[in-house]
Amino acid sequence: MTLQEIQELLQCEVLTGGDNLQVDVTQVVASDGMSEILAFARSKELMITGLTNIQSIRTADIAGVSAVIYCRGKFPDEKVIEFARQRRIPVLATKMGMFDICGVLYGRGLKGVS
Amino acid sequence: MSAELLRESFRIQGRNFDKAGEVSSEIKVMLRDLCIDAANTRRTVIVAYEGEMNVVMYARRGTLTLILTDEDISLEIADEGPGIPDISLALQEGYSTASDEMREMGFGFGMGLPNMKKNSDEFRIESEVGKGTRVLAKINLDANG
Repeated sequence: MTLQEIQELLQCEVLTGGDNLQVDVTQVVASDGMSEILAFARSKELMITGLTNIQSIRTADIAGVSAVIYCRGKFPDEKVIEFARQRRIPVLATKMGMFDICGVLYGRGLKGVS
Repeated sequence: MSAELLRESFRIQGRNFDKAGEVSSEIKVMLRDLCIDAANTRRTVIVAYEGEMNVVMYARRGTLTLILTDEDISLEIADEGPGIPDISLALQEGYSTASDEMREMGFGFGMGLPNMKKNSDEFRIESEVGKGTRVLAKINLDANG
């Protein structure tokens, strides 16, 4: 599933990386704990988190995920978005909660990483 | 023992959450420029980042030294901090002494040290309570992460 399809499905606002929404996503890693993302992400997953500080993008970069979706209507500040822009990581935000996002994406065939 | 191709030390400032992770990002770029393969770069940078976050969260200051040979990458992370009273307990997944502030940063859920160990081929911690902690991690370049 492309990031663009996910954006439409979850009614996401695109905060940066709008020119890179054709990237294909098959696996998802979802957590507010950054060590958990680092422990389970292998590379190119979609990362879902409610943590909107600079460490979320730092973790996304180190873990090599393909994009970040912030859940529960949380928005990062401009400094965080700018950092993601520099690192060329697409960042989206949705009002949906993490449980619902995971349910919707799982229902469309995306899988977690274990 | 093979010759060192590169040795570089980075200072880490304790409690500076804004800059936390900058050293690890720099190491990621360095390893990519040196054409280290993606799997080993990833393992090294995860060890570096978790180690850097531990210094930022717990210590006054620390140093991360990266040593590259043609056989492996070593990371030495030494800090001036509270030390670890029980290292085997600290290495258990889920065990944490983190404050709420640390957890708000997305860290301190008891996975940092286990993540570092998991991504290393050799891993050692030396610590003295009240003085500081030294972590030595080695990633073999012939191993596939």
